Amino acid sequence: MPVSLVIEQALNGLQFGVMIFLMAAGLTLIFGVMGLINLAHGSFFMTGAFACAATAAATGSFLLGLAASLAAAAAAGALVEVAVIRRLYARDHLDQVLATFALILIFSEGTRWLFGSFPLYLDVPQALARGVMLPGGIQYPLYRLVVIVVGLCVASGLWLLIHRTRLGMRIRAGESDREMIAALGVNIAGLYTAVFAIGAALAGLAGALVGALQSVQVGMGEPVLILAFVVIVIGGIGSIRGALIGSILVGLTDTLGRFLLPSAFGLFLDPSAATAFGSALASMLIYILMAVVLIFRPNGLFGVA
Amino acid sequence: MPTTKTLLAALLSCTLAVPALAGPLKVGMITTLSGGGAGLGTDVRDGFLLALKQAPDIDIEVVIEDDQQKPDIAVQLADKMIQSDKVDVLTGIIWSNLAMAVIPAATAQGKFYLSPNAGPSALAGKGCHPLYFNVAWQNDNLHEAAGAYANDAGYTNSFLLAPNYPAGQDALTGYKRMYQGDIAEEVFTQLGQTDYAAEIAQIRASGADSVYFFLPGGMGISFLKQYAGSGVDIPVIGPAFSFDQGILQAVGEAALGVKNTSQWSKDLDNPANQAFVESFQAEYGRLPSLYASQGFDTANLLISAAKTADVTDPDAFQAALEAADFDSVRGNFRFASNHHPIQDIYVREVIREGDIYTNRIVATALTDHSDAYVAECEM
Repeated sequence: MPVSLVIEQALNGLQFGVMIFLMAAGLTLIFGVMGLINLAHGSFFMTGAFACAATAAATGSFLLGLAASLAAAAAAGALVEVAVIRRLYARDHLDQVLATFALILIFSEGTRWLFGSFPLYLDVPQALARGVMLPGGIQYPLYRLVVIVVGLCVASGLWLLIHRTRLGMRIRAGESDREMIAALGVNIAGLYTAVFAIGAALAGLAGALVGALQSVQVGMGEPVLILAFVVIVIGGIGSIRGALIGSILVGLTDTLGRFLLPSAFGLFLDPSAATAFGSALASMLIYILMAVVLIFRPNGLFGVA
Repeated sequence: MPTTKTLLAALLSCTLAVPALAGPLKVGMITTLSGGGAGLGTDVRDGFLLALKQAPDIDIEVVIEDDQQKPDIAVQLADKMIQSDKVDVLTGIIWSNLAMAVIPAATAQGKFYLSPNAGPSALAGKGCHPLYFNVAWQNDNLHEAAGAYANDAGYTNSFLLAPNYPAGQDALTGYKRMYQGDIAEEVFTQLGQTDYAAEIAQIRASGADSVYFFLPGGMGISFLKQYAGSGVDIPVIGPAFSFDQGILQAVGEAALGVKNTSQWSKDLDNPANQAFVESFQAEYGRLPSLYASQGFDTANLLISAAKTADVTDPDAFQAALEAADFDSVRGNFRFASNHHPIQDIYVREVIREGDIYTNRIVATALTDHSDAYVAECEM
């Protein structure tokens, strides 16, 4: 098996991981700061993709589409927080799960009502729609490289926001003691809305970036949401650093597992059995990873008890 | 009064039941009208209703319900339609797993079932039933046609890709049944997977001369866009499901020139088809898809049987259905002894007409093709 193929697959895994990170970051932030389980996070992913596709179709500019995806997802997030989520903070997780599950259905059918049942068209911008030669003779799509870079930039931006700004200081304070920060005169309701909108905007950005590679359709957010939950459990709930490491771990495990396992089983099984067994095991691999992490670190890699 | 109109429209779309003339023949349609697969069910429904509208003198009442692509809901709906709506004929199901959950029970209760889409092998062979008719195809058919086309095109080393679930495995079996060349590699992906970078890298490294893939719906859109962006230029073949009119616009340029196999195409040259394409466009303002044509044919088969026989006499009605005395939009159409179609399957190419991506027929892959299970059916 050529080394270049393995490196290419590792890049694919990295790109996949970075995408999940954009989802997981918002999810873990919301859970960490507000203690809220938000199943509707995948709907913001979908909102971003649809906003980007609609804007790109109307204006012909992918960049404007990206801006629209951020704006639309942040607006949807803020609206949902003020209208629904705010009433859920004091209630138990089951109520939160029920209410946010209802939001998924409302978002999905609302999107269908607006855009119809058929998938929307959104393509990679012309300037990025080509392959580039990397050192070592690896041909790799430029767009995916850009996605990796954008994702890593967002990750460092988020780190700066949380550790170097006043808003970030309040978010961290809210995470450790929400009564105390309210008593100190911080507008806790405004802070929560802001955090929720930031989380939603990140999901929307992920949706727009991925939408150009995949199909923009109703229900596209839920498979990614499941991965994002796996990631925050692995990384430790509430930890941004954990979300980043967890995402990249999940991305690499999934991609390399899908690619290596069938050939690994091929060494001692006949080809069709190896393919069937390898693909079956590959689809379980990230959950096995999660279970192993939880055995050794019950609070996740960077979680605090 | 615009508000009244909106309200009426909202009410209509909520109830989903189409009030038609109260007639002797009652049809229950269970199909997918919400969720990711809603485009398929919508097309089947619209094609079906269009045919009924064009035959106003036949009394057929339709009850339409959404199965949400969930087998348990489909079973509940079927029970409700049989027991409380008292339908005579069931139809509409898109997915094979839902079909397997509903059809054997419905036919066992003496109801006719006309399938406008799903054609699982289990119902074509040993599990065939006198009251079950498939108006679309047996699941393997389009894949077999693709295998036959690969031989004609001179491909000798195919890379095969399908999701890891029963219809995916059947698809590759169907392809291999006709294809005579070598297999470069056979890869099963997760159902619902959206990122194919890993598989595309394997295709690039495999040295294959052709790629056959079965990835219905959104999976196919993702794969084609990523494949076009990867710079790999090995020719791709697929069944019509990934090149259907509903999703081609979402794939865009990435699909141009790809060959796909189908029993129907909008440019099929027969009067029934020309009239169908024209009236569908006039009625709904969009081009019909493969699924719409199947819904249309299903309704016309039903109408043809209702003209000559009464459903209260099941033997006569079954014989009338078997005769398939209607003008199919596919041209030649008749039933094999297992009540599955004998028909021609074509190779289409994706082209652009103005701003619209669509298909045109470039060859015939199989003529008068039945299915591999017909001999196992005893009825």
